[in-house]
Amino acid sequence: MQAIDLLEILPELILLLVICFILLVTPFFKEKEVNDDDVFFTPNAASFAYQLTILTLLVLAIMFAMRVSDVPMRIMNGLYIVDPFSNVLKSVSAIAVMVTLIYSKQYLIDRQLFRIDYIALVLLALLGQFVMISGANMLTLYLGLELLALSTYTLTAMRPNFPRGIEAGMKYFILGALSSGFLLYGMSMIYGATGSLDLDDILRNTSNDAVMHLVLSFGIVFLLAGLAFKLGAAPFHMWVPDVYDGAPTSVTLLIGGAPKIAAFAITFRLLVGGLQNLDVDWQPILIFLSVTSLIVGNLTAIAQTNIKRMLAYSTISHMGFMLLGFLCVYDELAYSASFFYAVTYVLSTLGTFGLLMILSKKGFECETIDDLKGLNRRSPLLAFIMLLLMFSLAGIPPTVGFIAKLSILDSLVDAGYLGLAIFAVMASLVGAFYYLRVVKTMYFEEPTDNSVITGQGFAKGILTINGIFILLAGIFPAFLTTLCLQAMRTSLQG
Amino acid sequence: MILSLAIWMPIVFGVLILGSGSDTNKSYVRWMALFAATLSFIITLPLITDFDTASAGMQFVENIPWVQRYDLNYYLGVDGISVWFVVLTSFITVIVILAGWEVIQDRVAQYMAAFLILSGLMIGVFSALDGLLFYVFFEATLIPMYIIIGVWGGKKRIYAAFKFFLYTLLGSLLTLIAILYLYNATDSFNILEWHQAQLNFTEQLLIFFAFLMAFAVKVPMWPVHTWLPDAHVEAPTGGSIVLAAIMLKLGAYGFLRFSLPIAPDASIYLGPFIIALSLIAVIYVGLVALVQKDMKKLVAYSSIAHMGFVTLGFFIFNQMGLEGGIIQMISHGFISGAMFFSIGVLYDRMHTREIADYGGVVNTMPRFAVFAVLFAMANCGLPATSGFIGEFMVILGAIDYDFTIGVLASTALILGAAYSLWMTKRVFFGAVTNDHVAQLTDINAREYLILGILAILTIGMGVYPKPFTDIIHPAAVELLKHVAMTKI
Repeated sequence: MQAIDLLEILPELILLLVICFILLVTPFFKEKEVNDDDVFFTPNAASFAYQLTILTLLVLAIMFAMRVSDVPMRIMNGLYIVDPFSNVLKSVSAIAVMVTLIYSKQYLIDRQLFRIDYIALVLLALLGQFVMISGANMLTLYLGLELLALSTYTLTAMRPNFPRGIEAGMKYFILGALSSGFLLYGMSMIYGATGSLDLDDILRNTSNDAVMHLVLSFGIVFLLAGLAFKLGAAPFHMWVPDVYDGAPTSVTLLIGGAPKIAAFAITFRLLVGGLQNLDVDWQPILIFLSVTSLIVGNLTAIAQTNIKRMLAYSTISHMGFMLLGFLCVYDELAYSASFFYAVTYVLSTLGTFGLLMILSKKGFECETIDDLKGLNRRSPLLAFIMLLLMFSLAGIPPTVGFIAKLSILDSLVDAGYLGLAIFAVMASLVGAFYYLRVVKTMYFEEPTDNSVITGQGFAKGILTINGIFILLAGIFPAFLTTLCLQAMRTSLQG
Repeated sequence: MILSLAIWMPIVFGVLILGSGSDTNKSYVRWMALFAATLSFIITLPLITDFDTASAGMQFVENIPWVQRYDLNYYLGVDGISVWFVVLTSFITVIVILAGWEVIQDRVAQYMAAFLILSGLMIGVFSALDGLLFYVFFEATLIPMYIIIGVWGGKKRIYAAFKFFLYTLLGSLLTLIAILYLYNATDSFNILEWHQAQLNFTEQLLIFFAFLMAFAVKVPMWPVHTWLPDAHVEAPTGGSIVLAAIMLKLGAYGFLRFSLPIAPDASIYLGPFIIALSLIAVIYVGLVALVQKDMKKLVAYSSIAHMGFVTLGFFIFNQMGLEGGIIQMISHGFISGAMFFSIGVLYDRMHTREIADYGGVVNTMPRFAVFAVLFAMANCGLPATSGFIGEFMVILGAIDYDFTIGVLASTALILGAAYSLWMTKRVFFGAVTNDHVAQLTDINAREYLILGILAILTIGMGVYPKPFTDIIHPAAVELLKHVAMTKI
């Protein structure tokens, strides 16, 4: 390892140091007032840790953003890759986690979750995502994935005296461990066939006819099954609705937001970076995963009355849509379309769950669609932002979701998958129905609860920016699409 | 610049009004909206006065790169076909703002903003020359209309709003695929380049059907028309006016801009099919209109029948039919707008739209009755009203194409007269049937103004249609040239 390597992973090191600081130093902060009910309840330390975290994440996001035009580089003896692609993704992840924390502050305080261990786990999950995004070796990817997964298992079950959360955490843990097993099994088979864990070596070795194709195909099946679990793509989606629903909304956002970017990255690294030569093997599986996800996600979401479950099923369908971009092999436009889709999906999701948290109060969870009744009467601004977010998720212009869907459909048509494109479009039509229902509930129905929504000015401000960004990025998408394309292009060349 | 201003000015004002948010100062919001609508109408007037009637090409062109990644351009321009619809849209918006003046008491700011934004978006549809830009505007109009029907509509408004949204979305999503297909075939989103694109017959057929889905739903053609009566009945008066006067034209306009010139061989091949559908719309839906008990439903069905005339005119591929169809679209904008407004006037006073609840209105509302009867006459195509010009031209064209089709089409005049006059008779004439009618008050100055302007336009266009045909003519000739050229 060289000194330059340390410079390249400086942001990750900063994050690690902050986590250590939070875990080791802040518990010794003097508390003004001790809450007897809960020994972990340390508002003073937690609010310091919170502020430090927000600041760190902001700095990290800026650091990564400034490195976007760097040349791709492999460091740590080829274990870790730093390229424009990963820098964009990490920047977005950092912003997503920062925004998540801003939205959830009041929510956490109300539910006795505003604690240093919570914040530290969130940061550990983020570190895991960074490692996932930058992994150039199956082992690195796996380590990052597990760091993320273990932190989120804990976060899901963290809410005190809340059996549903513990149940969700257990479910998440068991199924997550199972999927990790699949993933690891697939990786070991690929290792067995190619003799390497390094993605570049695998790419080189798979073009060699001497490798055992049968073992590789089996490996790919297991690998994809594991990935589909992590992505939440049907038919490996069972955990998604329960975990989304059972976890505290702030954790739901942590699971449903930034990690989707990391999941996209790991899919990209494995399929395109390592197994590109075997596309005939993984393409049919991917088509199957996408199509079932689109069907299951969209059809089941219609029947949901719980908005968190509805959004969970919609996530399944969005993951299916995102995977469609991977079908167009060797096409940087298609990959960047998926990339763009993942980024915009996360930005839209942030807003929806953020809004749910802002609407939740102490002792009241905004969970069912009916809780949004007449929101337009209570707060026209929040209703309008939710409207933009819903139309963005449904893919209606002029929101950014439309441009995202468009780029995927365009690459599908370009690659000759006309039937698949028409199918995807029909699935979106079904999807539009349940997003419209949310708009209907907010705009057309009378509120049952007429109380004015107060407080959390800062979170509301960020939410407004979030919503307006969804609209503006839809009208002026050039900046984001070019960024994604450039990053993808330099990374593919590097 | 004019087109950009026409699109964005109402949208910006709409957003500002929306931002003012509260309903505490309703009259301020109303005047602000009226100011914005009038201003944008005045802005669009030079499009007509400065229009070069000798040229068949695009005028007032603006072309700025939008997303280079896809070679998307913010490319606007109007020719003789679209220019009238831009002006019609901005004009109808003024009428709509006035129509909702006192009637809407609830969430006034949002109501006005929705219509202003809708107006800008629709002008965008008519002036976009970039395929995707067109699609963005075309789709985006769904959002304000969905809100308008759902928030200020009648009892079954939610059902109607969903039906409206999902029907039109279904159509337009397939269009998106066609647009992407054309983009991949030509490497451009420029509609004018698509007109030149070489496509084989199968491709043309598929593209034609994909576009047909969107435009047929929007027009609406039989058998995908069922959303329209529901949407009309449930929408507030302003919503019905915009729906009938402008939104239905988006579909018909799409035929002219996309289907005919991009897939001419498929259009000619499928012409008889579309003509058959149009004739069913004209005759069958005309008969359906005859038995309606609800005034708004009656006018909604009559709209479908009239739009059947428009598509009929387009697909007989002669100049008379094509220009007649376009004239019919403009004229229908005035007449249906006026009809829906008249029904709104009655509804505001009586809170019922059942024909049976009325009778002898002429005795209590004489001034109103004059206008209402005039528009009913115009609706059934009485000479010297604008309704006559379009229908006459289409029938002439149809007879030229095939005598039987011409005869079948002209039955529409009889049916139109039947339902319009029968409704007028039952609602306006005879003795006063009940106490509610006896207590009606005649129209006020605002209503008089709206109906007066629409009446002047209807008669003006009927007596002297030359300014309209002059502008339409070169573009129509050009379009027919495109259709006549085979691409195979």
